[in-house]
Amino acid sequence: MLSRVANSIYWMSRTLERAENVARFIDVNLNLMLDTDVVGNSQWEPLVMTSGDRSLFEKLYRESNKDSVMRFLTFDRSNPNSIYSCVLAARENARSIREIISSEMWEQANRFYMLVRDAAEKNTIFNNPHDFYTDVKMASHLFDGIADATMSHNEPWHFLRLGKMLERADKTSRILDVKYYFLLPNLYGVGSAIDGVQWAALLRSASSFEMYRKRRRRITPERVADFLILDRHFPRSIIYCVSRAEESLRAITGTAYSFYSNLPERLLGQLTSSLNYSSIEEIMSGGLHEFLDSIQFRLNRIDDAISESFFALPNPQSNKPSPVQYQ
Amino acid sequence: MKLLDPERYDVGAFYDELMKGPGIPRPETRLLFELLESLPDGELENFQKAAEAALYRMGVTFTVYGDSQGVEKILPFDIIPRVIGAREWSNIEKGLKQRIQAINFFLEDLYSGQKILQDGIVPKELIFSSPGFRPQCLGVKVPRGIWCHVTGSDLVRDGKGEFLVLEDNVRCPSGVSYVIENRHVLKRTFGKVFETSRIRSVDDYPLRLLETLEYLAPEGTESPTVVLLTPGVYNSAYFEHSFLAQQMGVELVEGSDLTVLDGRVVMRTTQGPKRVDVIYRRIDDDFLDPLVFRSDSLLGIPGIMDVYRAGRVALANAPGTGVADDKAIYAYIPQIIDYYMKEEPILKNVPTWLCHNKKDREYVIENISRLVVKATNESGGYGMLIGPSSTKAEQADFRERIRKNPRNYIAQETLSLSRSPVLVQDHLEGRHVDLRPYNLFGKEVYVMPGGLTRVALRKNSLVVNSSQGGGTKDTWVLKD
Repeated sequence: MLSRVANSIYWMSRTLERAENVARFIDVNLNLMLDTDVVGNSQWEPLVMTSGDRSLFEKLYRESNKDSVMRFLTFDRSNPNSIYSCVLAARENARSIREIISSEMWEQANRFYMLVRDAAEKNTIFNNPHDFYTDVKMASHLFDGIADATMSHNEPWHFLRLGKMLERADKTSRILDVKYYFLLPNLYGVGSAIDGVQWAALLRSASSFEMYRKRRRRITPERVADFLILDRHFPRSIIYCVSRAEESLRAITGTAYSFYSNLPERLLGQLTSSLNYSSIEEIMSGGLHEFLDSIQFRLNRIDDAISESFFALPNPQSNKPSPVQYQ
Repeated sequence: MKLLDPERYDVGAFYDELMKGPGIPRPETRLLFELLESLPDGELENFQKAAEAALYRMGVTFTVYGDSQGVEKILPFDIIPRVIGAREWSNIEKGLKQRIQAINFFLEDLYSGQKILQDGIVPKELIFSSPGFRPQCLGVKVPRGIWCHVTGSDLVRDGKGEFLVLEDNVRCPSGVSYVIENRHVLKRTFGKVFETSRIRSVDDYPLRLLETLEYLAPEGTESPTVVLLTPGVYNSAYFEHSFLAQQMGVELVEGSDLTVLDGRVVMRTTQGPKRVDVIYRRIDDDFLDPLVFRSDSLLGIPGIMDVYRAGRVALANAPGTGVADDKAIYAYIPQIIDYYMKEEPILKNVPTWLCHNKKDREYVIENISRLVVKATNESGGYGMLIGPSSTKAEQADFRERIRKNPRNYIAQETLSLSRSPVLVQDHLEGRHVDLRPYNLFGKEVYVMPGGLTRVALRKNSLVVNSSQGGGTKDTWVLKD
């Protein structure tokens, strides 16, 4: 397939997944506000950190409170990672590859965009934000379902899944990282009510509360980390995401497992192998934050290598603007 | 009261496409007339709404330039089809085939021996001053001697009901996707009439287009790779590019997807470079190759013209066809038909004055208030003056423009264009229409039965272009 098309489909998929994850962060925080008596705005700052856009936020807003953080992450067009920006970019990418994706996928990308655009224009979501963020999550799930059910599972589809899985692995690592950091003081006040609620919230933002409960009864920080990093069956755990990403990458190149023919295969293979043979005890003793940091770093390198190997235009004369993408 | 009751629908002093006279349908529209008359109140409005919703859902849209919010609108669409009888169509078809062949002879001659110029049939200075004439294409051997593979001609019916050619579109005519999609929608709405009316199909156009393109592949190419080259997603006709690529099952490429490698055009794929044999390009000559045409073009492929001249890639349409799009050249088509084919033109031109000629110019300046003045190399309804509906100031402005640059203007008689009923809220009103059939020149010339009926939705307007408030209708050509 055309390199440009592969690039567009990869980024369409990444940005939709990103929009969904931002909605998750916000939604769970809103719930948390209702459940706890945490005072002030300290709940909202970690959200900006999760998205990795703290410096931009500080430039644009005076303080982090519910209103400013929600606006920044949801509708602010000057934030390239806001839900609005992501959905707009995804739609523009979808539009440029309409003849590749199914018409149902295009219609859903279009509807998704209109959902967010209309909400941004009306500005009434702040009265009942939960409904809106649920709609965003569902719109993204619907897109995934339509893609799975209406598009041939060949090369374009694998680029779609590759983008989605890498994005999701990155977001799961970030949410775990930030929450963990902020919850750390509570580790020593074991058993306080707030502690349990907070950890449950962390699980919920990855839609993993129920699934976690089925596997483990008690919520402990270490077990939560174990579940979100190393559970092989939970579709938002890091190991699950990178394994599926590797599957798709190998489907694209046709290279057998344990071998590699290009840099992305080598880097992604290294990452899955190291996760395959990790234990949570080892991770914790080396420091969870350091571990998650290295995961994010490696995911970024994999993303760069994919661009280099599959999307890069070998002809330096080309002046084409790159597909709509943000990193 | 019925929709087409003389009390409710005014045929006016025009040729009406549906009605022969007040309350009386034409023979070819009788079935449609009966259907319209049998509809319960409000039903046609429901049809119209359902059709619009379907077009929007299918994404049959065009982009509005200068709208940053991005972006797409559906082309206004009227639910009542326009019907053309078999005999009348057969004449149009013959006329268009003759015209396309003549234009092709003309292009072949212009870029080789230029006999027609030496014989003084068409003035040299008109050709050499035409922006569509490309000296870079002189001496090019085009595959199978075909220059204008995909064309569209704008036809109008005058007050007496005769079809005339208003313009030739020999560069990249757009709109054919609307014809196909409009038909899909109408089939759902008017299924019953379709069963009984024997309407000629337009669905096979993409397949015929693909065959036309494959026919051009360099000799000896087995299963040639055809691509459609688009300026990109922000082009107003992007939907059509994407639609045609999808229907033909070929890659939709942008300039940056293509590059020249070892004397061939290749596309960049995730599996490395892949050779391309035929390019249906929907970008103008100007932007095709920055090394040959406009050097600031970012849309084109540097070096592609060399590959083209060497016969290693085919381009449709051939670069240089724009000269036949020039409205000053249009005026000479009857002489061109006579020169190459020794035939009378089957379809006549609209009476035209060339401001380039002194006598014509004086006539135009004198009579500007009753003529339509057009810039010779504009399209989309831009750069024109409709004399009878213009102000004194506009007329003065155009007189001045003509004096300054006579080569750039022609004038035509203001025609009393035929009208067709359109749905306005809950009733029907007559609006002026034209017709753009699409033609393919491959092994033989194919004329799509019907084409795009464009309708000036503004009351009394004569301008049907979509950029000027025009809409479309489905066009039904009946079988014998």
